[in-house]
Amino acid sequence: MYFLRRLAFSIPLLLVISALAFVLVRLAPGGPFDRDRAPASPEIEANLRAKYHLDEPIWKQYARYVGDLAHGDFGVSLKYRNHTVNDIIAQGLPVSMTLGVLAFGFALAVGLTVGFITAARRGGWEDYVGSFLSMLVVCVPGFVLAPLLVLVFAVKLKWLPVALWDSPWHMVLPVVALGLYFAGKVARLTREGMLSAMQSECVTAARAKGLGENTLLFRHAFRLAVLPVVSYSGPMLADLLTGSFIIENIFQIPGIGVFLVNSSLNRDYTVVVGLALLYAVLLVGLNLLVDAAYTWLDPRVKYE
Amino acid sequence: MTFSKRARRFGSLARFCLFSCGWVSVWLCLSGCVRHEPPADLTIINGAEPESLDPAIITGQPELRAVQGLFEGLTRLDPKTARPIPGLAERWEISPDGLVYLFHLRTNLVWSTGEPIRSDDLVYSWIRALNPATGSDYAGQLFYLKNAEDFNAGKIKDPARVGVHAVDPFTVRVELNHPTAFFLDLCAFPTLYVVPRQTIESHGDRWLMVRPLPSSGPYELAAWRLNDKIRLKKNPRYWDAANTQSEIIDLLPVGSPITSLNLYENGQVDIIWDKDLVPVELLDVLQHRPDFHSFNYLGTYFIRFNVTRKPFDDPRVRRALAMAVDKNRLVRKITKAGERPASHLVPDGVAHYTSPVGLEYDPEQARQLLSEAGYPGGRNFPRFNYIFNAAAGGAAKIHENVAIELQQMWRDTLGVEMELKQLEWKVFLGAQSRLDYDASRSSWVGDYNDPQTFLGMFTSGDGNNRTGWKNQTYDALIREAGEQPDQDLRASLFQRAEALLVRDEAPIVPLIFYVGINYFDTNRIQGVYQNLLDSHPLQSIRKIHKP
Repeated sequence: MYFLRRLAFSIPLLLVISALAFVLVRLAPGGPFDRDRAPASPEIEANLRAKYHLDEPIWKQYARYVGDLAHGDFGVSLKYRNHTVNDIIAQGLPVSMTLGVLAFGFALAVGLTVGFITAARRGGWEDYVGSFLSMLVVCVPGFVLAPLLVLVFAVKLKWLPVALWDSPWHMVLPVVALGLYFAGKVARLTREGMLSAMQSECVTAARAKGLGENTLLFRHAFRLAVLPVVSYSGPMLADLLTGSFIIENIFQIPGIGVFLVNSSLNRDYTVVVGLALLYAVLLVGLNLLVDAAYTWLDPRVKYE
Repeated sequence: MTFSKRARRFGSLARFCLFSCGWVSVWLCLSGCVRHEPPADLTIINGAEPESLDPAIITGQPELRAVQGLFEGLTRLDPKTARPIPGLAERWEISPDGLVYLFHLRTNLVWSTGEPIRSDDLVYSWIRALNPATGSDYAGQLFYLKNAEDFNAGKIKDPARVGVHAVDPFTVRVELNHPTAFFLDLCAFPTLYVVPRQTIESHGDRWLMVRPLPSSGPYELAAWRLNDKIRLKKNPRYWDAANTQSEIIDLLPVGSPITSLNLYENGQVDIIWDKDLVPVELLDVLQHRPDFHSFNYLGTYFIRFNVTRKPFDDPRVRRALAMAVDKNRLVRKITKAGERPASHLVPDGVAHYTSPVGLEYDPEQARQLLSEAGYPGGRNFPRFNYIFNAAAGGAAKIHENVAIELQQMWRDTLGVEMELKQLEWKVFLGAQSRLDYDASRSSWVGDYNDPQTFLGMFTSGDGNNRTGWKNQTYDALIREAGEQPDQDLRASLFQRAEALLVRDEAPIVPLIFYVGINYFDTNRIQGVYQNLLDSHPLQSIRKIHKP
């Protein structure tokens, strides 16, 4: 019931988001058809604006947009005029999602492991090394990390391709470059979570019952400790799935992240609004999933 | 907190097994989804992702290079000289007054899908580009035709009144408003290419997604994936297919100069041919390599002054500023790829034309002019702004460095203070066309090999003027030149106009002539020639496979 209600609420929310994006992008100075060379006559630009209904009042444009949206049609890109926004999403999203899911998996695998070990060996050398590294990857931005990885593993050692998106080998460097930051974050969250979980009453109670240290760590402490990671996972996954401008640009990956940034620079109105909606849908959906995961992981949480 | 040894061993073993199983299965999964395409014979980094492949819609270089492979016009450009040579038309006759062209199509023309190409197709294609509903940015390329501009503006509804008609299936009659010296050049421009009527009429704006796509040029479109690649396959039905050198060509859109260079260095691409994809930081090293080629190009980097604002309404001020710029220093210190300093607007090498000499670097004279204008030693000269755009690729750094250099030269020589304003691209364009600036970075790349494409834009009220400068003598000279059939007389009219523009009135200061830049190994790649238009028809390029 609770989840159905939240789903129902998300529809007006998405409409508000689309209306905001629709108006905001049109308020930005300049338009999609401004170029460094003016057309030979003012009528040429008027023809273009008329073709894409930009000459109509804004409420009429929005009504038309929502009408098309109801049929699942996001409209035609004003920059890439042979492609619809649906084409752009259909071509780019699977690529960005593949990259995102892999980076997510990588971030969780590395982050949880490092977090678990650093917490279990608190104060030992493993803790210092692990905590230092996770701090380091959180601090080093992608536009520094990615070229460094390319320089070492692709240009110097020639183990992996420098760019493009063809075989699984092409995916390794971008996945690592994209995932390391999140791995660092997850590691730090897990470590904090584990340490506080070890102090919690239910773990003390379990220990008093005489449970082995192994079971204690994995079954009880870990389950509590991943809760912050789980709530962080929703926005993290939404971030990863919609692609990263920097990583896609450096590795020349045909994903959607490049469009997310360039469409606003190009004043490609339809693409901006379409991608804003896509991002909102993902965020709403994944947060819903996170809440569902909570009820399963933490028996104390119940939604009415 | 302590662990038992056994638990630790169990933990790490379990983790290891889990992760390795996980990653191996992911790997297998991904290997399954990989595309299995044959390798291309030639891979070229082509610059930005093409906005469109519709000849009537495109405006940029990357689009033009791809579309040149897919469609053709009555003429095409010679790969060596970029001058027009017979394309779909095998010959033509021009009336003595230069107003009527009779084009004779080849009789063996077919679309890549097998249907014949006839004169009706050409008429349809030109009328389509002019049709207001097509929304063609470059419809202006056809305004030289009788009634074309009025048809595009919707003032004439009947396409039969536009000056292009099919006389018979193999003859096209074209009527112009004025004798147009570069009309054969225009016939090789994409807006005037022949496009497939049936496909367009049944699929509308989505016609380029149809496979197989009928093409009239040397290549067919095998695949087009946004930001991934355009794959072209040889069109065996092209009239000149015997001379098409490569079977499969991949055109890659790449946004980052460093990534382009890495791909090239690792042997994944054969040619890079976009001057924005040169990492400026590495120019010192790159320009000495044998596979780095820079050559004269039909483009000029210049400054616009807003002559509607004080003190730039005074030609003496503008001339003083122009003569205080040491352009040699700009090409030596900043651009560094072999560019030449510019004292006039039309680049050297344009057909049938030599520019007059403009204002040369002369600090003494500059100071004197400024003092005559009432600002001795720069005293009382108002602080003014210079706008430039944030650009992609290597250009961004160049714009900024040129701006800083100008700021310093003008301060040192004339004692005037300039403020730098970097603007986002669309904001920059708006500020320039609204005349909301004092001085502005500018550049122009010619569409065809003729002075008209550079000088025409500074006539009063032209959308590309953007200086507020209006001069009746200039307008009259350009108009006369446009109607003058004699080449020498025409050139001298243009020369008088250009002298007015860059020497006497100076609403603009030409700074640098651009160069075209590409890199490829001349031992492995044949058929890329250097010409003023930076035009490299795909059908003449091939890779030599060494044993």
